[in-house]
Amino acid sequence: MTMDAYRYEDGTISYPGHPRGPDGAEPVDTIDLSEFTAEVVTWTTSTATPPGVREPNHLAIVEFTIEGESVRAIGQVTTGEIEVGEEVRPVSVDELREPGAGIREPASQEWDGYRFEPV
Amino acid sequence: MERVAVIGSSMTQFGQRDEWIVELLSEAGLACLDDAGVDASDVEHLYVSNMASGEFEGQTGAMNALAQDIDATPAYTQRVDQTSSSGGAGIYAAWQSVASGASEMTLLVGGEKMTHRTTGEATDVIASLTHPVEYKHGVTLPSFAGLTARHYLDRFDAPRESLGKVAVKNHKNGVDNPNAQFRKEVDLETVLESPIVADPLRLYDFCPITDGSAALLLCPESVAQEYADEYAVITGIDGATDTHVVHEREDPTVMGGVVESGEGAYEMSGREPDDIDVAELHDMFTILEFLQMEGLGFAEQGEAWELVEEGDTERDGELPINTSGGLKSKGHPLGASGVAQGVEIYEQLVGEAGPRQVEADVGLCCNVGGFGNCVITTIMEAAQ
Repeated sequence: MTMDAYRYEDGTISYPGHPRGPDGAEPVDTIDLSEFTAEVVTWTTSTATPPGVREPNHLAIVEFTIEGESVRAIGQVTTGEIEVGEEVRPVSVDELREPGAGIREPASQEWDGYRFEPV
Repeated sequence: MERVAVIGSSMTQFGQRDEWIVELLSEAGLACLDDAGVDASDVEHLYVSNMASGEFEGQTGAMNALAQDIDATPAYTQRVDQTSSSGGAGIYAAWQSVASGASEMTLLVGGEKMTHRTTGEATDVIASLTHPVEYKHGVTLPSFAGLTARHYLDRFDAPRESLGKVAVKNHKNGVDNPNAQFRKEVDLETVLESPIVADPLRLYDFCPITDGSAALLLCPESVAQEYADEYAVITGIDGATDTHVVHEREDPTVMGGVVESGEGAYEMSGREPDDIDVAELHDMFTILEFLQMEGLGFAEQGEAWELVEEGDTERDGELPINTSGGLKSKGHPLGASGVAQGVEIYEQLVGEAGPRQVEADVGLCCNVGGFGNCVITTIMEAAQ
């Protein structure tokens, strides 16, 4: 499993990747964000979760800095004991949410991924 | 280009209703035609703003069903879906149909039937608008609000109480709206001690799940004068789109779609933020009222909370915001909400807002889809 971000021809990075980046730039490379640590930008604990989602659900927006370029990601956090500015690392999880419990077609997307864990 | 007038409005009771989607749409559509004194046979275009009647109820093609039920066939019909901003997008579509000369009488009806679903199911239908990397983590619209609220409060050193005061204000306004879901004042202590939903936001920072419908009738200004002495004119309208993936935005406290659509509406109308007398903003979550106030130029970035603290956005303040009670108190039947914002501004401009009436010649409504993903801003003015 990887956490692939796209690097575009203008040097910017996005997660997730898109067929076109800022100003129409084409992707030229992928970067596996799971190999890096990130800093917590903001976080929340959601107590009203939809079908198939753990309750409570700790979530954070984190920022990676890779070769001077920043890229953000959102994801579950392993604990509710977290602070803005804290360093976290991605840890793999086979199933972030129960496929088929919600409205989205299970085959339409992947359900494994990474949670963020304080370093 | 012909100026586009609004000559009629209606809104059903918002809340938990026994009726299903087509029945709710029919109720609002017929009431709107009655309000304007226009026969259904005169309707040339019929737009239905609705996000998810297929997902909520298993009923698609609601625009076709509505056309027959209100005897508006063979009018051209179209469903408009832009998630929570479907209503605003419907105003844009209806405005385009008249401004282009394609229709001389356009009925817009927005509606949603939601309360038969559990909170979790309804939340999931709404969250289905998210990107797969968001959805698989269980990210919901309320969780976006919690993430953004924490960032805003920390960055701008704003007191948590200021968000609570948005809820207190809008509940107070809703008391005087006979069609609001909640007609009950709440005090700040109740808001701040209510259960946490998405930390740091609590239950009273969020709008409820709602059934309801609202409608507006639009026509060229030259035609309006045949039907009404008092009417409003849409002088500015624009829509804009921000990133689908919310965390990819450069500044989490700026909604680009609000800024862009606001600038477009101001430019088209020749108005500025200082010209606006009353505004309806999309307060699905209390933090959204701050972000829209700032994006629309009513406050500098990071300072909207100060206007709320000073009472400027109260009904008797310098810029009354959400005199209807907002989504917070009035309710949020997704496809109806943007239309209902237009109904409130129209009624304020023609002097039909009853106990909620403020002095207003120019009004603005801002309808937000997703978490700022799609936005429509509309400026209406009382006809002179």
